[in-house]
Amino acid sequence: MTRPPGEPRRVAYLYLLPGLALFGAFVLYPLGRAGWISLFEWNGVTRGTWVGLENYGALARDADLRRAFAHTAVLLLFYAALPVAIGLLLAGAASRTRVRGLAAIRTILFLPQVIALVVVAVTWRLIYQPTGWLGDFDLALPAVGLIGTWVTYGLCFVLFMAGVQKVPRSLYDAARVDGAGPLREFFAVTLPAVKGEIAVALTLCTIAALRNFDVVYLTTAGGPGDATAVPALEVYERAFQTGEVGLAAAIGACLAAIIFLLSFAINRTADRAART
Amino acid sequence: MIDRREQWLAHAVLGAFTLIALAPVVKIVLGAGSFATAWEDGNFDSYLRSSAIVAAAVVAISTVLSILAGYAFGLMRFRGEQVLFYVILLGLTVPMEAIVVPLYYDLRDVGMTDTYWALILPQAALSTAFGTFWMRAFFRSVPRSLIEAARLDGSSSWMTLWRIVLPLGRPAVLTMVALVFMWTWNEFLLALVMVSDESLRTAPLGLAFFQGRNTSDEGLLAAGALIVAAPVVLVYLFLQRHFIRGTLSGAVKG
Repeated sequence: MTRPPGEPRRVAYLYLLPGLALFGAFVLYPLGRAGWISLFEWNGVTRGTWVGLENYGALARDADLRRAFAHTAVLLLFYAALPVAIGLLLAGAASRTRVRGLAAIRTILFLPQVIALVVVAVTWRLIYQPTGWLGDFDLALPAVGLIGTWVTYGLCFVLFMAGVQKVPRSLYDAARVDGAGPLREFFAVTLPAVKGEIAVALTLCTIAALRNFDVVYLTTAGGPGDATAVPALEVYERAFQTGEVGLAAAIGACLAAIIFLLSFAINRTADRAART
Repeated sequence: MIDRREQWLAHAVLGAFTLIALAPVVKIVLGAGSFATAWEDGNFDSYLRSSAIVAAAVVAISTVLSILAGYAFGLMRFRGEQVLFYVILLGLTVPMEAIVVPLYYDLRDVGMTDTYWALILPQAALSTAFGTFWMRAFFRSVPRSLIEAARLDGSSSWMTLWRIVLPLGRPAVLTMVALVFMWTWNEFLLALVMVSDESLRTAPLGLAFFQGRNTSDEGLLAAGALIVAAPVVLVYLFLQRHFIRGTLSGAVKG
C-alpha cells in the first residue's frame, strides 16, 4: 500500500472485480431473471405469455400450493420448535454440572449438520422402512419432520452452549448459594443468557425447513398423494416436470423473499443483543 | 452443592440425545454391505471423481476471489463500499431454490448444462458471497500498524496482501475452505437439475439414482451412503472447530 489507508483508492475496484463479476453473473442476474420469468406463463420451450402478477395470485389460490406451504408450517414444529426445545434442555443439563466428555458430545451432536442431506434421507428411509410411516397419509409428514429434528437439534445445542459459556461462572454459583433448583436456575440464568442464540437458532431452523428439498424428494417425493409436498419440491416439479416455469419462478422468488426478511430480522436482533 | 441424582439425570439426558444423534450413523455402518460391489456396480468411483473435480474448482475459485474482495472491503476505502457490501450480504441469503430455475434455462440456451461449469460457477458465486463476508471480517481484525509499516517500506497493496497480511489469516482461510468444501460436496438440487450425463453425476446425485435402482438391497445402499458421506465427515473430524465456528458465526449473518 503506497498511499495512506484512509484515502479512497481506485485499486480497490480491481480487487473486487472478479468476485463481483462472478457473483453478478451467477447469483444476481439469475435472481433478477427469476423475478422476470415469474411474470410469464411459460412452459420452458415455446414463447411465454405475459401474465403480470398472475402467478403470484395463483400462489394464494392454488390449493396444492397452499397445502405445500401449510406443510412447511407443520414442519416448522419439527424443524424449529422441537430442536430448540431439545437444545435448551441439553444446554440446561450441560450448564448445571461439569459434564465429562462434553467435547466429544458436542462433536457427535453436531455431526448430522455435516452429513449430506441426501445421505440423511437414504439412511432414514432405511430406518423407516419396517414401520411404513413414510407411506402413511397421516404419519408421513411427521416422519419427515422428525428427520429434520434429528438434523438440527445438535446445531441448537452448540449454539446455546456458546451463549451459556459467556455467562460468568459466578452467576451460577450465586444462584446456587441462593438455593436455586435446576428449574429456577434454568429460567433465571441460562435462558436469559441465550435469548439471542434462540433467535438465531429459530431463524436457521426455519430457513432449513423452508428450503427442505433433498430430504422430501428422496424419502417420499411429496407422497403419499401430496401428503408431504413442500414449496421447494413444487419449484422443481413445476419447473421441470409439469412445464409451469413461471409459477415455479414465483414460488422460488417467494421463498427467497421470506428467507431474506427472516435473515434481516435476525441481524437486527443480533445487533441489538450485541449492543446491550 | 449439586446432588448425585441430579448429576446423574443431566448425564442421562445428554447421553440419550447423543445416542440418538449417533444411532442412524451406527445403523448405516453396521448394515453396510460390500463396498467393492457398491464401488464397481454403483459407479461410485466416477461419482466421487466428479464431486472431487467440482469441489476442488469451487474451493479454488471462491477462495481466491473471496480473499481479493474481502481485502478490498476490509482494508480499503472506496466509493460505493456500503452499497456493494449490502449486495454481498443479500447474496448470503439467496437460496439455490430461487435461482436454479432461471440458471437452468439460461445455461441450457448457451449449451452449458451437462458440463462441470454448470455445477462449478453457480456454487463458486454463492460461496464467494459468504467468503467475501468472512474474509472481510478477518482483514478488519488485522492491526492497522502492520499495514502502515508495510506501506512505509514501499510494499505495494498486492505484495502487502500476499506476503504480510494473508499469512496471518491461515485459520480464517482454512475455516472458509472447510465450509465451502462441505457445501459443495453435499449440494444436490443443482446437480439434479443441471446434469443428465451419468459421467458427470456428483456423489449425492449418484447416491440418489443408486437408491432408485437398489431399494431392495439395504446393505449396498448403506455402503453407498457411507462412501458419499465419508469425505466430509473425515474432514470434519480433523477440523471440527473450524466447522462449528464457521457455521455459528457465518450463520448469524447468513
